[in-house]
Amino acid sequence: MNQLAARGIRFAVTAIWGGAAATCLLLSGCGGGGTDEADTVCIQNKGSDTMVNVAQAWAEEYRAVAPEVDVEISGGGSGVGIAALIKGAIDIANASRNMKPEEIEQAKRNTGKEPREFIVGHDALAIYVHRDNPLNEISIDQLADIFGEGGKTTKWSELGVSIPGGQDEIVRVSRQSSSGTYEFFREHVLNKEDFKLGSRDMNGSKEVVELVAGTPGAIGYSGMGYNVPGKVKMLKVATRKGEPAVEPSVASALDKRYPVARSLLLYTLGEPSGETKAYIDWILSDAGQKVVEESGYVPLPADMRHK
Amino acid sequence: MTDPSPQPTAQFSFAVRSARRPTLYVLAERSLTALIYACGISAIFFVVGIFLFVFKEAAPVLFSDRFSLSQFLFSEQWYPTSELNKRYGVLAMTAGTFSVTALAMMIAVPFGLGAAIFISEFCGPRLRETLKITIELLAAIPSVVWGFIGLTVMSKLIVQLTGAPVGVNILNGGIILALMSVPIIVSIGEDALKAVPDSFREAGLALGATRWQLVWRVLLPAAKNGLLAAVLLGVGRAVGETMAVLMATGHAVQIPHGILDSVRTLTANIAAELGEAPAGSDHYRVLFLIGILLFTITFVVNLAADMAVRGIRKK
Repeated sequence: MNQLAARGIRFAVTAIWGGAAATCLLLSGCGGGGTDEADTVCIQNKGSDTMVNVAQAWAEEYRAVAPEVDVEISGGGSGVGIAALIKGAIDIANASRNMKPEEIEQAKRNTGKEPREFIVGHDALAIYVHRDNPLNEISIDQLADIFGEGGKTTKWSELGVSIPGGQDEIVRVSRQSSSGTYEFFREHVLNKEDFKLGSRDMNGSKEVVELVAGTPGAIGYSGMGYNVPGKVKMLKVATRKGEPAVEPSVASALDKRYPVARSLLLYTLGEPSGETKAYIDWILSDAGQKVVEESGYVPLPADMRHK
Repeated sequence: MTDPSPQPTAQFSFAVRSARRPTLYVLAERSLTALIYACGISAIFFVVGIFLFVFKEAAPVLFSDRFSLSQFLFSEQWYPTSELNKRYGVLAMTAGTFSVTALAMMIAVPFGLGAAIFISEFCGPRLRETLKITIELLAAIPSVVWGFIGLTVMSKLIVQLTGAPVGVNILNGGIILALMSVPIIVSIGEDALKAVPDSFREAGLALGATRWQLVWRVLLPAAKNGLLAAVLLGVGRAVGETMAVLMATGHAVQIPHGILDSVRTLTANIAAELGEAPAGSDHYRVLFLIGILLFTITFVVNLAADMAVRGIRKK
């Protein structure tokens, strides 16, 4: 048995070295990477994870409009995209927050150009409960107390409502941690604090609404585009308890009366030109805005679009 | 696995015959042997290769000072994208994997072995064929369909019948996984029982045993290696299953206190987060480390089973 084990270990060690050598060869083999072909133009686009899906949808649709333009999308977060823009490494940064004044200063110092901001859509995050839930409105503080780490609210009776059927436990429905919606909720509702563990983390916006629809004691957040009237109820949201609560809608998302609404932004260094300008113009046109709508976000009103 | 004693004579006679054949035949024969040999040992290369790849992806974080292995294994705090304090603890998910698998096996093993015994020993030929075909069809249902059934049909049933606050939980995932592993347990278990020579049955009946005594005292002990293999393949399916448990267990990071609690399993966590974790980040590497943890768990289960089988054989 011992001999066998020793032989096994020897084999394993040899295999590991062999495998390691092979991996090194493989890695060095494809490291170089050729230069771009002369006739394709490449637009580098990086930033917000929330927008990565809509950005990819834009890039795919745009391939049909302008086959010679190749838009490369990567995520990483708004901060990552803005940092890359400041370095001048990319053409367009996606951001779900405004650039901070010091970031604008840095960009000017580094590149000599002033960042230009484009609003390309809006996003309203709706708070969903079961259709039989008597609750109609909720405040950001209450949400933070339900969803946040260290928050005390775990029962519906603590919010002053009783659920038909007798369930009192609040079933928190959240998103997986790589989701942009998750990060948006954390940033704007939990004030960057972490979530309480034990929430049901769904893998998509639609699943959140589906689970809430089937669970009387559930509360969840998802884009308002996923609303299914008659199965779930969208709560009105107030910034603080006692302040008037606002219903999520295209209008309230647009004028930011709804507390968890924001603009989806693109930043370029200076006034864009050439293919980058054409791409952004296309995004701001009806065709590009249709993609925004299909991705579950709020498109720009007709008078703000490019013809 | 089989008794090797009759093989040398067979090989000998084969060698004598093949010596008279044309060279081309012999060469073809040899290359075929080499090919089959290569197929046989390729499994080793695949296993080692996959392990090395996963390890290569995970290694940088394993040896970095931002990461502690004891926190990884024994903390239930899973905050891979926190802005304030990133924490990578998988204890809750390990507990989730074990609880769902254990419940699934508690349901699937009695049902699966019972069905295997019934099909092999008690039912007539026509019913047997019908049952076998139906059970094999059960194995052909894709896991995402199972997950969908769990999310929509089962979750509502569970809420109605048990009064649980939410229908996606260990019970739901356990039942779905049990239904998925029963076909494997039945078909392999039935083969194992069929492999017991009829002389055993005849001897038992001749000694005046009832059919039940025959099954319990003669057939089960005689087929226990095969039955164990059947159960283990079922366990393997349950531990490794991703899509169905992702949808049916609720995907909540918490240590369960009862079978009506939602949990998250290790596999479901990888499936949910790997797609969007930035390549090369700590989060991405920790997900690969979870892969190594799963690899280790299945390796230990297989090793334990192998040793159990050896132990049974010695007796």
